[in-house]
Amino acid sequence: MQNILTARQIPASRISRTIKRLRRYPATLIGFTLVGIFILMAIIGPWITPYGFSDQDLSNRLQPASAEHWFGTDQFGRDIFSRVLAGSRDVFTIAGSGTLLAVLMGLTLGMVSGYLGGAADEILMRFMDVLLSIPPLLLAMIILGTVGPSRLNIVLVVGFLYIPMVARVVRSVVLDIKTREFIEAAKMRGENSGYILFREILPNVLPPLAVEASMRFSYSIFLVASLGFLGLGVQPPSPDWGMMVSEARTWYNQAPWVLLYPAGTIALLVVGVAFTSDGLRRMLLPGGVSG
Amino acid sequence: MIAYILRRLGMILLTMLLASVIIFSVTQLLPGDVAHVILGQFATPQAVENLREELGLNRPIIVQYWDWLTSFIRGDWGISMVSRLEVRPMIMERLRNSLMLASVSLLFYVPLGILLGVIAALNEDRLADQAISGISMAFAGLPEFVTGLILIGILAISLDILPANSSIEPQTSFKEAFPFLILPAITVSLTSLGYIARMTRSSTIDVLRADYTRAADMKGLPRWQVLTKHVLRNSLLPTVTVVAMGIGWLIGGLIVTEAVFGYPGVGRLLIYGIQRRDLILIQAISMLIVAVYSFSNLAADILYGILNPRIRLGG
Repeated sequence: MQNILTARQIPASRISRTIKRLRRYPATLIGFTLVGIFILMAIIGPWITPYGFSDQDLSNRLQPASAEHWFGTDQFGRDIFSRVLAGSRDVFTIAGSGTLLAVLMGLTLGMVSGYLGGAADEILMRFMDVLLSIPPLLLAMIILGTVGPSRLNIVLVVGFLYIPMVARVVRSVVLDIKTREFIEAAKMRGENSGYILFREILPNVLPPLAVEASMRFSYSIFLVASLGFLGLGVQPPSPDWGMMVSEARTWYNQAPWVLLYPAGTIALLVVGVAFTSDGLRRMLLPGGVSG
Repeated sequence: MIAYILRRLGMILLTMLLASVIIFSVTQLLPGDVAHVILGQFATPQAVENLREELGLNRPIIVQYWDWLTSFIRGDWGISMVSRLEVRPMIMERLRNSLMLASVSLLFYVPLGILLGVIAALNEDRLADQAISGISMAFAGLPEFVTGLILIGILAISLDILPANSSIEPQTSFKEAFPFLILPAITVSLTSLGYIARMTRSSTIDVLRADYTRAADMKGLPRWQVLTKHVLRNSLLPTVTVVAMGIGWLIGGLIVTEAVFGYPGVGRLLIYGIQRRDLILIQAISMLIVAVYSFSNLAADILYGILNPRIRLGG
């Protein structure tokens, strides 16, 4: 039945069914809640942060959690809660912009490649294969290792690395949609390519694209945090979560919390995004729940 | 089959050639001159010029690329800019260690992932499935440095049953190295474990719903026989591809994990190379990793073809 409807006409009952289904998956609810809290923290962070993220208090070094310092203090007496809070902004802006870049570029290339087909498709996809033949972390490391890990460079690298994955997903949807009757009908009506691409194909690409984007976001956070740990993240004095964890190893025996709070925060965020992504898949792609 | 393998091999060589262009150009982006990097900022212009000539940096970039690529293929990987030693023996020694860690990890996470995936599929949407799916999804999302450090905290520091640091001598034999491999291997595995489990789960569910499975059930075959003879045979086929697709992830995981544990593998050498801006070392390691990655994908394709006589290869 799907192929005689255009994708914009989603039956209203699907939404209420989706909500009902969602209640059966507690992981999805946990995911949405966690991500919501993180976004809120990143936005209101600067107004609720108790200390500046680089304020040092050398008389209060390596203090455990207390009423004054919720997550304790680090080796320079800096408030770990304030640092984690400030770091969350970087995570959202860097991983978020990188994902957005990858999604926009991947969407464009995937649509063009899938719609045009032929030699253009062949060349674009071969180029994507080449990018995919280099493990993402390796490529990110050698690029950032040579050009230097500024905020902009990290965003560009993350965006660039994930273009092929997004392009592939978009292309496969376009290839599938292209053969449906409503596209044929539009062509026979004499619609131009622009109309067909944006009004007929794009709406069908959006649900799988949203799922892919949320997955890419979780990989981006993973990648950015790992790069930070390897010393290729946002440079000090900015409080990069990965770098905070890396530096805290030295004091682990004396003050494990310096490591555990940022590490735990990364874990919570990544798990939250992964669960959210899974939930989006269940809601937006009800046909392909498993996978 | 032979034609298919040759065609895939050709594709891989072409891909690697293009990847080598990317690696070479990216490392050429290095700000400042390689000669400057080697000699330090206080070098005289004459010394820099002499070294440039010696290293062949005054030649056109295409010539430099071609020279680099052909030398690499011949096995001449160059001399480290920092230690002034040949990089190939250095990398090969570390490669053995990385492969050791990778094998132990694969032997751990592939069977366990399949087992968990099958259990989840058999209990689809019930508690066991939700628990396995949820936990494996959570672990799949955790960066290796987080899981690795938590494992060190619990198993090495609090319980003191395994070494926290795996910075062994690079030439250590497998037998002696084994205790130092356990924690890094678990760390690498936790990320990929969830991925394997998820994929096995979904392919097993598909097969469980297939007509031939229902037919086998209705014939009155015992459940375990249906499972082993009909379900697993088919549902595990995609797992071969899944394991291969996960190799890229495994390599990333190894790099980070080696850094966490100080394990002397290729990944740690790469990080060292990047910190010291040792261009020659970075290029050689990158090419090696791309080669290993490409050929493991080829191996998986071939294996899949052998295991699944139904698919039409080539054509």
